[in-house]
Amino acid sequence: MLDTFANAEIARQAWPILLAGLGNTLLLSVVVVPLGLLGGLILSVTATSFHHPLVRYPLMAWVDFFRAFPPLVLLILLFAGLPFAGIQITGFACVCIAFFLNTGAYYGEILRAGIESVPSGQTEAARSTGLGRLQTMLFVVLPQAVRNVLPDLLSNTLEVVKLTSLGSVVAMPELLFQARQAQSLTYNPTPIVLAAAVYFVLLWPLVRLLSRLENRALAARK
Amino acid sequence: MTNWDRFLETFFNAKMMARYLPDILQGALVTIQIAGLVIVCGLLLGLALALLRSIGLRPLNLLIVFVVDLFRALPPLVIIVFIYFGLPASGVKNWGFIATWLSLTFVLMAFSEEIFWAGITSIPKGQWEAARSTGLSFGQTLINVVLPQALRLTIPPLTNRTIAITKGTALASVVAVGEILGMASSAVSNSYNPSPLTMAAIGYLILFLPLVVFGRWLETRMAWKR
Repeated sequence: MLDTFANAEIARQAWPILLAGLGNTLLLSVVVVPLGLLGGLILSVTATSFHHPLVRYPLMAWVDFFRAFPPLVLLILLFAGLPFAGIQITGFACVCIAFFLNTGAYYGEILRAGIESVPSGQTEAARSTGLGRLQTMLFVVLPQAVRNVLPDLLSNTLEVVKLTSLGSVVAMPELLFQARQAQSLTYNPTPIVLAAAVYFVLLWPLVRLLSRLENRALAARK
Repeated sequence: MTNWDRFLETFFNAKMMARYLPDILQGALVTIQIAGLVIVCGLLLGLALALLRSIGLRPLNLLIVFVVDLFRALPPLVIIVFIYFGLPASGVKNWGFIATWLSLTFVLMAFSEEIFWAGITSIPKGQWEAARSTGLSFGQTLINVVLPQALRLTIPPLTNRTIAITKGTALASVVAVGEILGMASSAVSNSYNPSPLTMAAIGYLILFLPLVVFGRWLETRMAWKR
């Protein structure tokens, strides 16, 4: 049993391969989290700045559309579909586009709820002191909005980091991909066990923090 | 032929769509099966864990918290790959299906336990004390007094989380399960035409868009309490 799942010799051989994968996972996360946040920021600020139904409903439809789409389906659609349209695209670019669309929609919903939770008196007061609309949004509304929905933002960020494992499907050499390579070379599941352990060590602190924040948030809602 | 015609010919090819429609429908059936099994088993297990946790045995609670944290921290795809390739049962029929079902069930169990538990702890202590002082037992208080109030609070976050995890059924295609995406991918490589993939995308929208809209509606409806 131990020989199969925690083979020390294979673990030692696979470790450098996994480490390279971990580096790529972190790199990918550092790229896609800001990309998703940017998408969410554009969606939420537009949705809350223009109350016209012609802006509001298409944006809502956009968000729901990408929340209904499994991210893997979006990724495969881009990766396998775009070449047929004559567009050559790398796995990395596919991941970036898919994450911008998918996680942008999730971040957008969260930030919109945050912006709407800031009382309108804040905006009015800021505007009456002479701040412009953009300045009001940037320096008065957004900081409070972010603070109000911080647990949800963190929780979504955790999901995004976990989601980078989908990169393995389009041959991005991230942690899971590397582990599967090592596993198919050695015919032994130890590298996958090791990769799972790395994910756990990496993300456990965030999970603990979130669990505390969420409990507090739901208790305060009473 | 204009560019637009060529686009339609490639991505919405009627002949290809007609040929592979039965496959996609068959895949949709598998997707619905996995999703249904995951939702029922995951939510029931999550509720069971939350109830066990409310008894308040310290070693048991530590174990529950660890299991929950584990399945919240691991990416679902990693769990699926681990069960599929790692466990020595790869000879079992439909192992990919079972691996996906188990993995997503554990993930939903972990997330729903957290939400149920947060709901239970949000009920003020006075509710417990009042119920116990009228002569109800611990179990009766939990089931008849605390849970009905707690569940109300948990419904919106639970719905959204359940939808998000259920979308993970598409991951089954990675371990060779013939659900929508798996069927579409093999159809694309057989026909060298992406139309089956377009159909799959439409299929997912038909399945999940109503759920997402329902979740949004639920959230605004229940928002009065905040």
